[in-house]
Amino acid sequence: MTGAEAPLLAATPAGLARRWQLLAWLLLLALLAVVGAKLVQVSRGSATSGAAPLFTLASFDGTQHTLQAYRGKIVVVNFWASWCAPCAAEAADLEQTWQAYRERGVVFLGVDYVDTEPEARAFIELWQQTYPNGPDRGTVIAQAFRIRGVPETYIIDQRGQLQAPIIGPTNRAQLSAVLDRLLAQP
Amino acid sequence: MRFLRVPLQYALALVALAAALFWLPASVRAAAATPTDDEVNAVASQLYCPVCENVPLDVCGTQACSQWRAIIRQKLQAGWSASQIHAFFAEQYGTRVLASPPFAGASVLFWLVPLALLAAGTVLLVRTLRKPATAATGAAGPVSEAHAARMERELDDWR
Repeated sequence: MTGAEAPLLAATPAGLARRWQLLAWLLLLALLAVVGAKLVQVSRGSATSGAAPLFTLASFDGTQHTLQAYRGKIVVVNFWASWCAPCAAEAADLEQTWQAYRERGVVFLGVDYVDTEPEARAFIELWQQTYPNGPDRGTVIAQAFRIRGVPETYIIDQRGQLQAPIIGPTNRAQLSAVLDRLLAQP
Repeated sequence: MRFLRVPLQYALALVALAAALFWLPASVRAAAATPTDDEVNAVASQLYCPVCENVPLDVCGTQACSQWRAIIRQKLQAGWSASQIHAFFAEQYGTRVLASPPFAGASVLFWLVPLALLAAGTVLLVRTLRKPATAATGAAGPVSEAHAARMERELDDWR
C-alpha cells in the first residue's frame, strides 16, 4: 500500500472495538450478578436456624429492647399486625404463655409489622398484652428475619440461636413445648 | 364617651378576626377542609399495599390498606404534601412501599440500567442499519486482481 492511497478498509481499531465488547460483557455480567443475588435473597425463605439476627425494638412505651441485652434468656419474637385476623386468634395465648414463663427468664417481644399506631395500640389494649410491643420501623426486623407474613413467631434460645420458626398462628401448647424443652437444657 | 369604649373594642376585635381569617394562608385553610377520596387516592396510587404483592394502595381492599388510606387523609388534612406523605410511609415501612424507587443507593440501578440498555440498544440499532448500505457499496462492480490482492493484504493487517 502506497502512502498516497487511502485504506480500503475503514480505520476501525480492532482493539477499541474489543474493549467496548469487553465493557458490554462486564456490564451484563454485573447486572446478572445483581439480579442473581436478589433472587437468592428472595428465595432463601424465613430464617430457620443459626444465630438470630440482632435487632433493636423501640416499644410503644419508648423503651429500647436490644436482642443482645437478653443473651442468656430465651426470647420469643412474635410478628403481628392489627389488621391480621390470625394474629388476633393467637394474641390471648401469647399473653397467657408470657405470664406463665416470665418468671423463668423468658422474654416476649411483639414486633408490629406494617401497621398503623392507633390501631396497633387498640389491638394491644383489646388483648391486654403486657409484654413489650413496638413498631418495626422501615420493616428492618422483618427483613432481618425474612418473614413472609404475619403472624410468625421465632424462639431464640439462651445462646442466641434460632429454633424452628412458627409460621402462622401459634398457641400456648405449642409455645410451652418449645419453651419447656429449652428451659430443661443445661 | 366612656360607654362607647367597650363596643369599640369589640368592633376592633371583630375586624381584626375577620382580617386574620381573610389573610389566612391557603395551606391552613386547605388543612381545615376534609380531603376528597380522589385526593386521597391520588397519593395512595403512588404507594403499594404492604400485604398483597403488586397492588396499588388506591385499589386495595384489605384492612391494612384501608388504615393506610385513613392516615393519608389525616396527613392531607394536616396540610402535608404528597411527597411528604410518601417520605413518611417510606420511613415507616421501607422504600419498597413506594411505586417509584428513590434515586439513591442501590435503587439507582432501577433508573440507570433501563436507560443504559436503551442507549446501548439504540447504538446497536443504528450500527446494524448502517451496515447493509456499506456492504452494498462495496459489492458494486467487478474487482480487479490488484484490488483483490490489496484488500487481502489490508485484511491481514487488520486481523
